[in-house]
Amino acid sequence: MTHRLRVFAIGGFLSYRALFGWLNPYLFVIILLVPSVTQIMFFAYLGRAAGVEDDTFYVVGNAVVAAAVPCLFGMADTITDERYTHTLSLLVVSPASRLALFLGRAAPVAANGAIVAAFAFVVGSLVLGVSVPFSALAPLALTILVTGFACTGLGIVNASLGLRWRESALLSNLILYFLLLAAGVNVPLDLLPGWLSTIAQGLPVTHGVEAARELVAGGTLTDVAPLLGAELLVGVAYAAVGLFLVRLFEVEARRGASLELA
Amino acid sequence: MRLARSMAVGWALHFKQESRNPFFLWIVICTPLIYATMAYFLFRGGTDGDKLVGAAVGTGMMGIWSLTTTAAAAALQWRRRSGILELLVAAPLPFWAILAPITIAISALGIYSLLASMLYTRLLYGVSLEIEDWLAFAVAVPVGILAIGLLGFMLGAAFVRFRAAWAVGNLFEFPVWTICGLLIPIAVLPAWVEPVAWVFAPTWGMNALRDAALGDGSPWDDIAMCAALSVVYGGLGVILLRVFLGSARRRGTLALS
Repeated sequence: MTHRLRVFAIGGFLSYRALFGWLNPYLFVIILLVPSVTQIMFFAYLGRAAGVEDDTFYVVGNAVVAAAVPCLFGMADTITDERYTHTLSLLVVSPASRLALFLGRAAPVAANGAIVAAFAFVVGSLVLGVSVPFSALAPLALTILVTGFACTGLGIVNASLGLRWRESALLSNLILYFLLLAAGVNVPLDLLPGWLSTIAQGLPVTHGVEAARELVAGGTLTDVAPLLGAELLVGVAYAAVGLFLVRLFEVEARRGASLELA
Repeated sequence: MRLARSMAVGWALHFKQESRNPFFLWIVICTPLIYATMAYFLFRGGTDGDKLVGAAVGTGMMGIWSLTTTAAAAALQWRRRSGILELLVAAPLPFWAILAPITIAISALGIYSLLASMLYTRLLYGVSLEIEDWLAFAVAVPVGILAIGLLGFMLGAAFVRFRAAWAVGNLFEFPVWTICGLLIPIAVLPAWVEPVAWVFAPTWGMNALRDAALGDGSPWDDIAMCAALSVVYGGLGVILLRVFLGSARRRGTLALS
């Protein structure tokens, strides 16, 4: 048990540091923080041009989805960077618990996503003059944390696919763009075709964004509890599928000796 | 003559090589499609054909810009990681003549972006894409691409000196999309944004393509601005490259990644 906890905590911490070129703070700022705000500005002005929804809609939507960027790319990089540094094979043959290994890597990534989303929320609100009720701050923080967790669940699925497919950055972009389009972030769900808004119910971010918007509009934690529950459930489902796929693809890669080639 | 030949061969080689890069193809083809779809839903499937043609051209330009900012940096990073950046710098050919064809070849992939977005708009929206001035459109595309490629070259100079400069490309993506009027009319933006947009080639490239497509005004002055900016970017890029390369060689940081 102690061994698993060590893999979870120390392994996860080291992996997180490696994500940013051994913890270079200005990379964190230019890769994650600044683009999260410029994205909000782009969509807020696009929304004004289209006459669809107000600035609050875009600030909340894009701030919450900002959690997805580090979660999707960060989790994928935990596999692709290992391949790049030729340590993936060593990782796979190690006796360490896969659950502890990947959950250890997922925990800082989820926290990271939540921090980026919170930053985007604060700066986006200040720049565009969006007011948030004081009573909504704590529930909003919880909403962002839950969304960060759900995005990390999807990130684990993404990472598992990295065992099979070399172009994980492409896949991360594909998923991110799909979230921007279909999760109610920038296009209200009622403007989407029925089949797309149905798919959106199974995506992370969809329920988190809806809960955050309700809170900003004056809702309470009790009001949004079902939405948070749904977001949490989506995250758990993706994490479970992701961990299963990691195991499956690992076995397949060992059998086909394709780990370094994928 | 030898220099021109090297640059032409470099351009053709990199264009072919990067055309086989799935990640780059994803950026140039899927970025405009996703944003065109978003614009379609946001504008509630508007029936204004001109607006949709403008959106098709705009999202195509967004793809070109995304690729240039992301891929120009990635191209150098890749050469640094694979240990050939120092060899390229030490080659008898001036390094600007090696780097410029790479960034121009990358932005030239944007032709796929324009084609994809226009074809998509035709198929999804059913808008007939009638170009008012085909000659101006045919001239505006390569001139605009050249200008954006040379802007990428100028930025690339910084990528040589700073090992983390590849990440800077991300910084410019949304701001340029926003201020250059690619999808958002400039009238919606604050007044101070317009003069800032003038220094970015995508602004003039977009104006030229839009004017040529819709016949709203003469595209030739915009095309001339693209050509003029190409000269400025190229000149500044050569100077910056000399400064940054000198600094990197003095500090011995060229190969550090």
